Amino acid sequence: MAEDRFILRCENVTVDYDGFKALNNCNFSVRHNELRVVIGPNGAGKTTLLDVICGKTKPFSGKVIFGDNVDLTTKNAETIAKLGVGRKFQAPSIYGNLSVWENLDLSLKRTSKGVFSTLIGKSTPAERARIEETLEMIGLEAHAYDRAGSLSHGQKQWLEIGMVILQDPALLLVDEPVAGMSDKETEQTGRLLQALSEKQAIVVIEHDMDFVRQIARIVTVLAEGTVICEGTVEHVQADDQVREIYLGRAKVAH
Amino acid sequence: MPEPMRSPQDSRETWPFYSAVALFLIVLPLLNVLPPEDSWLHLSDFRLNQFGKFLCFAILAIGLDLTWGYCGVLSLGQGVFFGFGAYCMGMYLALQIGKESVYGSDLPDFMVWTQVKELPWFWVPFKSFWAGLLGAILVPVLFATIFGFLAFRSRIKGVYFAIITQALAFAAWLVFNRNETRLGGTNGLTDFKQILGFRLSDPSTQRGLYILTVLALIGAYLLCRWIVESRTGKVLVAIRDSESRVVFSGYTPWVYKLFVFVVAAGLAGLAGLLYVPQVGIITPAQIGVLPSLEVVIWVAVGGRGTLVGAVLGAVTVNYGRSVLTNYFPEAWPFILGGLFVVVVTMFPDGLIGILRKLFSGGPPAPGLAVQKAQGGS
Repeated sequence: MAEDRFILRCENVTVDYDGFKALNNCNFSVRHNELRVVIGPNGAGKTTLLDVICGKTKPFSGKVIFGDNVDLTTKNAETIAKLGVGRKFQAPSIYGNLSVWENLDLSLKRTSKGVFSTLIGKSTPAERARIEETLEMIGLEAHAYDRAGSLSHGQKQWLEIGMVILQDPALLLVDEPVAGMSDKETEQTGRLLQALSEKQAIVVIEHDMDFVRQIARIVTVLAEGTVICEGTVEHVQADDQVREIYLGRAKVAH
Repeated sequence: MPEPMRSPQDSRETWPFYSAVALFLIVLPLLNVLPPEDSWLHLSDFRLNQFGKFLCFAILAIGLDLTWGYCGVLSLGQGVFFGFGAYCMGMYLALQIGKESVYGSDLPDFMVWTQVKELPWFWVPFKSFWAGLLGAILVPVLFATIFGFLAFRSRIKGVYFAIITQALAFAAWLVFNRNETRLGGTNGLTDFKQILGFRLSDPSTQRGLYILTVLALIGAYLLCRWIVESRTGKVLVAIRDSESRVVFSGYTPWVYKLFVFVVAAGLAGLAGLLYVPQVGIITPAQIGVLPSLEVVIWVAVGGRGTLVGAVLGAVTVNYGRSVLTNYFPEAWPFILGGLFVVVVTMFPDGLIGILRKLFSGGPPAPGLAVQKAQGGS
């Protein structure tokens, strides 16, 4: 069955920042159409893991196999984006001086994104319909013509998710989507991600445990650059090592 | 839902565009030709010629606005491309002097006094007008392609790119100053007599050149406007706003930067080509570090990221200079510098921003802001 195949396999990935191992022999796999949540204390290597997958950081050793046999560690960020890995950054990364529609229009997957085809290109009705559909999905229909920079923080996050999904990624990487969101926005974001996971695999990094409980099916716990536990939310929360490393510290922090 | 590729901000340039066309293409030439010379309405040949020069600068400024205002790539070397264009046309004009030169030689005067006996090989094609015309555009375009390819491909950006282009301007100034370059050294090329058989001293020739300059500016404006209103234009703004996101959206930013840099270089060449027959001289002093920096000031004063702003800035600052240097010749650099500081710190949207505020009564749109359409939010 297609769902049983892995879309992503990180094998023994190590990232070394001058002696500090941000990832240490990390093994991590994601299946097709899976919504995976990665949690872990600060400095556990969560963001570094996404950086390695999307080509922003090159690992010291190890492999990142995408699909059946593409090793992403040999590709640059542009190629990886074209191969079908979309990344939603932690801080909203949108084009503040363009309208919401233009933000989405630029992100839409097209056969050529060179200067000249972009210069003369016009949107087809199918492309426009796709953008409208996405606007609806991310709940920004009423803001299509607004300057993206004028949106609220939560709306910017949704816009960026919309921009990423318009590239039709097979794998979507989302870094702390609900940080700074209100409870209502957080819940809407959860529903959005769950809806999206029907079409593509999603890896979400998150701190907010309520949000994790809302969306997660399988949770991966990272600590000191290594996966220490993987399973359902209940399973992970019952794990002694996790309680000690992650939840214990979280309690102290709160 | 209509496609909002054309943002409301762009169409707001329509009426300033038509009024500028009417003013420069029709009103000024008519004021030069129709009223008698003693009428207060009369625009002297000198003034019309001066406006021709300002409009050349406007073409130069539009190109910089495309790269800097829209794409965020600050080039401090636009004077070099202007110089390439000006020198190509200047070489053609210098060869048209013929026996009318001071020494009565077929060679340009400076060659006679620097003991050059034979026309250097790279001068030979410029006996033809078409070589002067095409060279003025193609030389800067080719040079910008090579230079831009090396710089942008190596991911040189921001202030580093600005510094490298400034070094380029300085290097070009040094090279053009040398007598061994065979381009007239510090004296440059001057004393031109005719273009395609028309006497340059004849007011009707100058009027013709003025009209051609206005038409070239209209063409340059429409070209840039077409670019910024296309999806490419949105990518340029996107690169300015968030280059890393553009990469993840599947675009290759350096190719887009190279594209606008080359377009701007071609426009600078066009400006130089029109400048020389109207001003009658081109020297290295007009292409170095300082003239390149002045272009940046024009664009900043007019209003970055609005094409009419670049034109307005170039014309206003240069007109201001021609008026003020009559009264305070020493003070001009300080006035210019002060103007730049005031604009950057207090009026980031330049003159256009101020005008918009006056006419709309509301706050100016920040840079390229898309106005709220249907009163949403």
